Amino acid sequence: MTPVKLYPPKPEKVYFFGTCLIDLFYPEAGMDGIRLLEREGVEVVYPQAQTCCGQPAYTSGYHEEARAVATAQLDLFPEPWPIVIPSGSCGGMMRTHYPQLFAGTEHEARANEVAGRIYELTEFLLHVCQLRLEDRGQPEKVAMHTSCSARREMGLGETGPALLARMGQVELVEQARATECCGFGGTFAVRHPEVSAAMVEDKTQAIEATGAKRFITSDCGCLMNIAGRFEHQGKAVSGEHIASYLWRRTS
Amino acid sequence: MSARDNILKRLRERTDGPLTAPQSDFAVVTGRGWSREERLARFERWITSVHGEVIHTSRSGWTAALAEVLAAKGIRRLALGREHPVATEARAALAEGEVTLIDADRDIESWRHEQFHDTDAGLTSTRGAIAETGSLWLWPTPDEPRLLSLVPPIHIAVLDADTIEDTFFDVVEAHGWAGDMPTNALLISGPSKTADIEQTLAYGVHGPRELVVLLRHAEERP
Amino acid sequence: MSASEVQTFTPREFHRQAHDALGNPQIRANFRKAMDGLMSKRRDVFSDWDLETLRELGANIRLRALAKLPDLLERLEANCQANGIQVHWAENGDEACRIIREICQRHGAKAVIKGKSMVSEEMHLNAHLEEAGIEALESDLGEYLVQLNEQTPSHIIMPAIHLNTDEISDIMHAKTGTERTRDVDYMTAAARAQLRERFMAADVGVSGVNFAVAETGTLCLVENEGNGRMTTAVPPVHIAVTGIEKVVEHLRDVPPLYALLTRSATGQHVTTYFNMISSPRKPGEHDGPNEVHLVLVDSGRSSIYQDDELLDTLRCIRCGACMNHCPVYTRVGGHTYGTTYPGPIGSILMPHMMGLEATKDLPTASSLCGACGEVCPVKIPIPDLLVRLRREAVGEGRGNVPGAGVKRTKKEVAAWKGFQWLATHPGAWRSSTAIAGKLQALMPSKLGPWTEYRTAPKPAKESLHALVKQHKAKRHQAGKADEDGEKRS
Repeated sequence: MTPVKLYPPKPEKVYFFGTCLIDLFYPEAGMDGIRLLEREGVEVVYPQAQTCCGQPAYTSGYHEEARAVATAQLDLFPEPWPIVIPSGSCGGMMRTHYPQLFAGTEHEARANEVAGRIYELTEFLLHVCQLRLEDRGQPEKVAMHTSCSARREMGLGETGPALLARMGQVELVEQARATECCGFGGTFAVRHPEVSAAMVEDKTQAIEATGAKRFITSDCGCLMNIAGRFEHQGKAVSGEHIASYLWRRTS
Repeated sequence: MSARDNILKRLRERTDGPLTAPQSDFAVVTGRGWSREERLARFERWITSVHGEVIHTSRSGWTAALAEVLAAKGIRRLALGREHPVATEARAALAEGEVTLIDADRDIESWRHEQFHDTDAGLTSTRGAIAETGSLWLWPTPDEPRLLSLVPPIHIAVLDADTIEDTFFDVVEAHGWAGDMPTNALLISGPSKTADIEQTLAYGVHGPRELVVLLRHAEERP
Repeated sequence: MSASEVQTFTPREFHRQAHDALGNPQIRANFRKAMDGLMSKRRDVFSDWDLETLRELGANIRLRALAKLPDLLERLEANCQANGIQVHWAENGDEACRIIREICQRHGAKAVIKGKSMVSEEMHLNAHLEEAGIEALESDLGEYLVQLNEQTPSHIIMPAIHLNTDEISDIMHAKTGTERTRDVDYMTAAARAQLRERFMAADVGVSGVNFAVAETGTLCLVENEGNGRMTTAVPPVHIAVTGIEKVVEHLRDVPPLYALLTRSATGQHVTTYFNMISSPRKPGEHDGPNEVHLVLVDSGRSSIYQDDELLDTLRCIRCGACMNHCPVYTRVGGHTYGTTYPGPIGSILMPHMMGLEATKDLPTASSLCGACGEVCPVKIPIPDLLVRLRREAVGEGRGNVPGAGVKRTKKEVAAWKGFQWLATHPGAWRSSTAIAGKLQALMPSKLGPWTEYRTAPKPAKESLHALVKQHKAKRHQAGKADEDGEKRS
């Protein structure tokens, strides 16, 4: 059973680990996450030496390389502040798999300590910041796709929808088979492109069937995959990272 | 070395060393604490949900209920034991009737064709039942052999209401199964069924198409 | 696909087979419908259970059995023998086939009737017996249909799940002369009649085992149809065949596992029959086989057993929930995997049995979405095991899986070393992300497989690293301005 996590009171400072996908493709989502935290009076420290959590190498079986990359990240968080990550995928890697990756190595204790400070952004905003949101946007119907890592590795299937529920003008609709994977899976999409394509096709159809013209996700891998599919088909459904959506409508 | 020795040697000389066995807490499969009525209701709900038929009757009047079932289902040839009180009472009650009674306590080799082709129903006793799953439990005997509840197209099982227990685990523990396993022990929950053709339920694929439980209550029920 | 067309599948051709299955609307629809139904039934049937506690118990019972495995196998053997059951050991499938064939030949058997047994599929028993002139007929309806269609099962619990009613009607019509119909009751009754004759004529019954109880020497079989009971009670000889991992310590270990198995597999709160066999026909008894044999098969299991992490593979109770919930299995179906066990459990089990060379595409055929691990009734960490086998395949594991290192190529190692270098040199990382943004116009519009189905994402003009720097500088300026303002006032 997933142990019940006890959340600390809102701290003065947090570290922000932006993730490589956000760094490269969706930096505004990262910035919006930072802005949301800062608006709650939390000082955000962004270690400039951060790169990638190492997950692509980890899930591909290249653990030596993954460990080297992860070791470099372990040095970034010397103070005992929470580490906030706008991605369940990278969050799951650091919270769940760092302890496995470093088990029996000299970095084991440090990896466990870092893992214990990992928070996914929506989790942190909801449970630690107890975020209040004043929705200034137009009424809108949206669907949410929670990443499999957020849902299953981190046990955070409800935090995204809970935040959207606090938006007065937003109607959250649930697509069929909401818990099913969108087919991204990192290198899976490259190694098994046809299967992945069939999965994302089903996901876009399910979202489209809700009538929502926008879907929200807390992971940029899923965003890239699902939105990329919609765009490829010329469909008028757009995707947005939840941090950007919340910031855009409440700032 | 034999295959046996090789396999056991590999298991014993395990690369990562000996394993430690965890203790088990069985609380989740016992301690339901249901009342007599709840037990009965659950048993009936579950067994009927899988197409079992339950007929409430009394200890004294059950053979009349049996006769009604036989008549209603057009059963002309009924196989049953000769020693169990269920069999002796049924034989006594049906002795004068139209239904042909077939002795089940015979070596199967002597009547296999008859059992497969010319037997409409099998009548058996039961040792008890399980409320949580709606299951009968049977320990076939020389008097009521194991195929009696399987081969004929209808299985009529006689169950006493006060032998229904809460869970399978409770039955295994309370009756000391581990110290006394028979040749064949059975749980039966409904008639034979399959969903192998496009998930469509169909009954009577190999075993009985119908399971009728004559549920005997100690007192007359209003 | 026509009913009579014989298809063979191999894990070596996973990609081609997946391509074919994805392009087959019938296969897609059959699996989607079936898996949707199975998932919702499972969810419903566990709704009033403390499922996590039950899974915890299930995992714990299986771990305890594995911890004591050699002792329990010896105890099982001794208790079976005391009960009159003859016990045989086989290092591999060929040896098990030979043992079973020899028992059949000793009895002059010409016809074997079979209850569902995945282990017998694993060792290709039917083909082996046919070669020896012994007919082996499947009696589980799904297995029977698949055998009529000259196929192998596409699911470990529902072998014919890839076929719909019309296809089955065609198969039965072509092979047994029944009328073409959509009437499932008619087809079921026809199969009943066909198989009843075969039960009566069979010389030997071969079944699998769901749980073998060491404490009592009892073989437990779980089923709905009654063909398992027929197989184990009608012919004069019963041969049960099972993997060595199926043993449990006590009889009381059985109820929790049975509760988990039926609910996880098909969403049933119980199956029609739970058949517990502890001996052949005793003197004075009137039916049941005169001989019962138990064949214990290793086939790579004792090798899996050596490794603390891989060991968890052996907890499996073969419920199929992992495939029912797998988004990949649901899309490509069971045959695509080309292995006896398809889906997630197959992808962590078959590499041990067939080697990673043949099965190298299976561990990667998962998005690691975790649905399999989430529903596994004995809590096998399937995604972690998939990753472990990926490690073994690229030569970064412990090297104790057959074919370890088979996927290691200079090109791929160089790519990951390159990634490692970049991700451990933050300065270079920042420049490269900046460059990617600046050069986005020059990026190829086709990124291989990705852009066949999706529009490629465009690198941002400025990286998050750069934006944060600017943001901090602005805030710093604003902060200073505030301070100045405060000073002025």
